[in-house]
Amino acid sequence: MRPDTEAELAELVKTASGPIEIIGGGTRKLGEHVEGVPLLTGGLSGITLYEPEALTLVAKAGTPLAEINALLAKNNQRLPFEPLDYRALQGSAGEPTIGGAVATNASGPRRISAGACRDSLIGVRFVDGMGRIIKNGGRVMKNVTGYDLVKLLAGSHGTLGILTEVSFKLLPAALATATVLVAEDETTAATTMARALGSPYDISGAGHIAGTTALRLEGLEGSVAYRSEALAALLSGKVGDFDWRALCDVQAFAGFEGDVWRFSVPPSQGPVLGAALRKLGAIDIIYDWAGGLVWALSPDGLDLRPALESGHGTVVRGTATPRFHPEPAPVAALASALRARFDPRGILNPGRMG
Amino acid sequence: MQMPESSARILADKAKIVARLRKILPEESVIDNPVETKAYECDALAAYRCPPLAVVLPASTDETAAVLKACFEMGVPVVPRGAGTSLAGGALPTADSIILGVAKLTDVLEIDYDNRFIRVEAGRTNLSVTGAVETNGFFYAPDPSSQLACAIAGNIAMNSGGAHCLKYGVTTNNLLGVTMVTMEGEILEIGGAHLDSAGYDLLGLICGSEGQLGVVTEATLRILAKPEGARPVLIGFDSNVVAGACVSDIIRAGVLPVAIEFMDRPVIRAAENFTHAGYPDVEALLIIEVEGSEAEIKEQLDTIIKIARKHNPVELRESGSPEESATIWKGRKAAFGAMGQINDYMCLDGTIPVSQLPKVLRRITELSEQYGLDVGNVFHAGDGNMHPLILYDANKPGDLEKCEDMGADILKLCVEVGGCLTGEHGVGVEKRELMHVQYNEADLDIQMAVKDVFDPEWLLNPAKVFPLDASAERRA
Repeated sequence: MRPDTEAELAELVKTASGPIEIIGGGTRKLGEHVEGVPLLTGGLSGITLYEPEALTLVAKAGTPLAEINALLAKNNQRLPFEPLDYRALQGSAGEPTIGGAVATNASGPRRISAGACRDSLIGVRFVDGMGRIIKNGGRVMKNVTGYDLVKLLAGSHGTLGILTEVSFKLLPAALATATVLVAEDETTAATTMARALGSPYDISGAGHIAGTTALRLEGLEGSVAYRSEALAALLSGKVGDFDWRALCDVQAFAGFEGDVWRFSVPPSQGPVLGAALRKLGAIDIIYDWAGGLVWALSPDGLDLRPALESGHGTVVRGTATPRFHPEPAPVAALASALRARFDPRGILNPGRMG
Repeated sequence: MQMPESSARILADKAKIVARLRKILPEESVIDNPVETKAYECDALAAYRCPPLAVVLPASTDETAAVLKACFEMGVPVVPRGAGTSLAGGALPTADSIILGVAKLTDVLEIDYDNRFIRVEAGRTNLSVTGAVETNGFFYAPDPSSQLACAIAGNIAMNSGGAHCLKYGVTTNNLLGVTMVTMEGEILEIGGAHLDSAGYDLLGLICGSEGQLGVVTEATLRILAKPEGARPVLIGFDSNVVAGACVSDIIRAGVLPVAIEFMDRPVIRAAENFTHAGYPDVEALLIIEVEGSEAEIKEQLDTIIKIARKHNPVELRESGSPEESATIWKGRKAAFGAMGQINDYMCLDGTIPVSQLPKVLRRITELSEQYGLDVGNVFHAGDGNMHPLILYDANKPGDLEKCEDMGADILKLCVEVGGCLTGEHGVGVEKRELMHVQYNEADLDIQMAVKDVFDPEWLLNPAKVFPLDASAERRA
């Protein structure tokens, strides 16, 4: 199935007799396997509204991210949340779509300053499990009119509704960028990153990979020059080159066999978790979000969750299960009751989130 | 404005209900004396008043859970109340409801600078959250203008914003976790010191749900390192359109000020008469604030001033000292009070796409003439959040109704041009019936289905947010 309009999509869902697997660009292989008729969103494509002076973009869910990024770049603007691209890590092919980024709440290093995808998302249109077309939020960045289903839909992996249109708050692109590098091992990295984020220098990326802690500064030219020098002095580091795209997309694990896990923890817990993961058998660890996002490469099928003290862990590649972190019973009960209201027949990506 | 008819059963059972609540809470935490419950008859939308059946002030999450469980079992509606500063009637009681106030929940529970969060009880005021961390160089970003008085619980319920949200976002962007009690008395922990959820984003759903999904008793809030400094520039124009174009050009140039405030002539005059801030008598005044080190502030202000000069401002005044900064902000901060000196007023907060500003201001002027009521406009220009202040005389029969009708017309206009009914105050009772303008039946039904999940009996703040006819069956 590949509808060309929202109305067509709604009709397909309304008349569906069984489970549907929703596919955007097909580049994000996340969650459990879904047995269902494929529904491709690629026909719902195109930027419906772009107002640079209002920092606002509205696009159909199947629009390729590359198309959006190209248009925004021309106007020195960008999506604030730096969506990560899973193609290298998962060995997937195709073109990532904006709907896929929203459905997975895909957020990169800038998560720590500009927020996640869900924070920039200001409106959605979607088709629920009964084939009803629903809108929530809109195209203005301040909106408290009714419940915020926008956040609920972000990261719901197509299990509550099929996104048809999404609206974003944008940011000006950085006119200058600099990175401060500190050579150290991971045991001290969280402390360095905490010092940086505790400084007034407005850090927009903080990661640690292979003996290097990297801190990104973005903004106007003079400002970036001033802040990077001040930060380098504070941390006894130096200004240098760093591949933020590679960190964002976890490219370091791309060529290697094994499962890949993604953990979200309080930032200072990052290295503590890293050590525990290595003890359990993890082969390599990468840190983003000032230590709060921990990527682990591990032998196939190994359960790494016992290393976790708080936060959650997701399997993003390989054979370990369950892929989504099990939730406490009362929260899981609410989630399943919500799913039953949005999709009473249980036909939208059933079982994707466990 | 209508409220549902009170339940005769509950009114008749008052003594029994209060007796049961007194078994759960200490004597002083249950208030049923009509002289004292009167203090809870309204919030900052003072045009509507109704004393509740009783007021409970639990001092812990466990007490809150016990109270809610008892009310659930007795089938008594509960209206949660933060500090009572809602401008939308979010904490307005009905005669058959219990007000659950969080005023006794004010402790700081944990401060963690390494992980940049503070955990507080939800009755704590917004400003005192920053107060708890500022000596260490941190602050809590959302800054609603009532921040001296308003409670974090209410901020979460309404997803409050503030003047600086262009850069820092609103409450939902700065909230990491909550402890929330459901109407059935179940205690839920959602989120925490880590980012984002393992499953559905229930935290995002709870924030802004106007106390209809649960009572938040504790909150984990993101704190940020304070910038080195901040400085405003004041720019006056003889045309709203030109002021709007100037804002557009600044945003397009890649500068992101922390605040862009806009005032029109009626507000400028009122603020000037009230505070003598030295505002010029112009059609539109912008106050633009930037942050950073001295050099960064200069770099940003130079860019902004260069752009502004192209638009031939009538006046352009860059602050040269903390005293001058305070003077520039003084009039803006006192704007509502200054308008209140002239007459009673109703403050709306519809949001519009910023490109629609000239059209909307023109239309508001026409409506003002049509209704014969004066209007002043204060506007968070960076994010499109308007604040039209409609002046009326509460003592003149029919004036409030006329003002409400005009307000409804302005909000309909906001929706019509692509905006929304409320940017930061919430729907409450004030904009409840207008929800039909923004949302169709299916849009509203799925939102109400969310409430069905959290509060199947519709006992928690039931007569709010949704048009009464739309929610009637569920509330019955």
